[in-house]
Amino acid sequence: MGHLVTAAFKAGDPVRVKADQQPGHIRTPAYVRGKPGWVERVHGEFRNPEQLAYGRDGLPRQPLYLVGFRQTDLWPQRYAESPRDCLYVDIYEHWLEPVTSGGTRPQ
Amino acid sequence: MARTHDMGGRPTDEPLNTQEHALADWEVLSDALHMVLGRKGLSGADRLRRAIEDMPADDYLALSYYERWAHATETLLTEKNILSREEIDRKMAERAETWDIS
Repeated sequence: MGHLVTAAFKAGDPVRVKADQQPGHIRTPAYVRGKPGWVERVHGEFRNPEQLAYGRDGLPRQPLYLVGFRQTDLWPQRYAESPRDCLYVDIYEHWLEPVTSGGTRPQ
Repeated sequence: MARTHDMGGRPTDEPLNTQEHALADWEVLSDALHMVLGRKGLSGADRLRRAIEDMPADDYLALSYYERWAHATETLLTEKNILSREEIDRKMAERAETWDIS
């Protein structure tokens, strides 16, 4: 991928997914919005699919991250399996906000 | 509030059908058409998804996976005035007659 000079987060950073209610095509599933997690990996930079969806060029490219969540954070009242279980979602940078304490990766 | 297609985590009593199933010819053709239109710059994964997600909820829920693709492809082509709804309907009527489908 090469240039990641614009990536705001690095692996291990705590993040929270924005709880926005944007109209139109968005690439962030409802069940992770507003949830705390951590950056597991930086995938690279890609054209923004939320712009490509309307026939635009998707530039500037957006950093894309693999973000980890604890299942117990995603489904606080419903998840009855191991508290160590995680779920990983690809999320573009404009959907993430920095936090001092986000979700924590099970050690 | 999540849009209709954004179903992850939504409670349901419906059993999930995880069986493999064969594709019908028209389903393969729908996929191929999407690829060709992509090569010509007239469609793409993101545009197709946008058109699928913009369908009225009742239509979305009533249609199968590739029926949604066909519906969305029609939307993309009519939005760009490459085909008109009338042209598509006329051709559909011709085909129905040829194949004796009522």
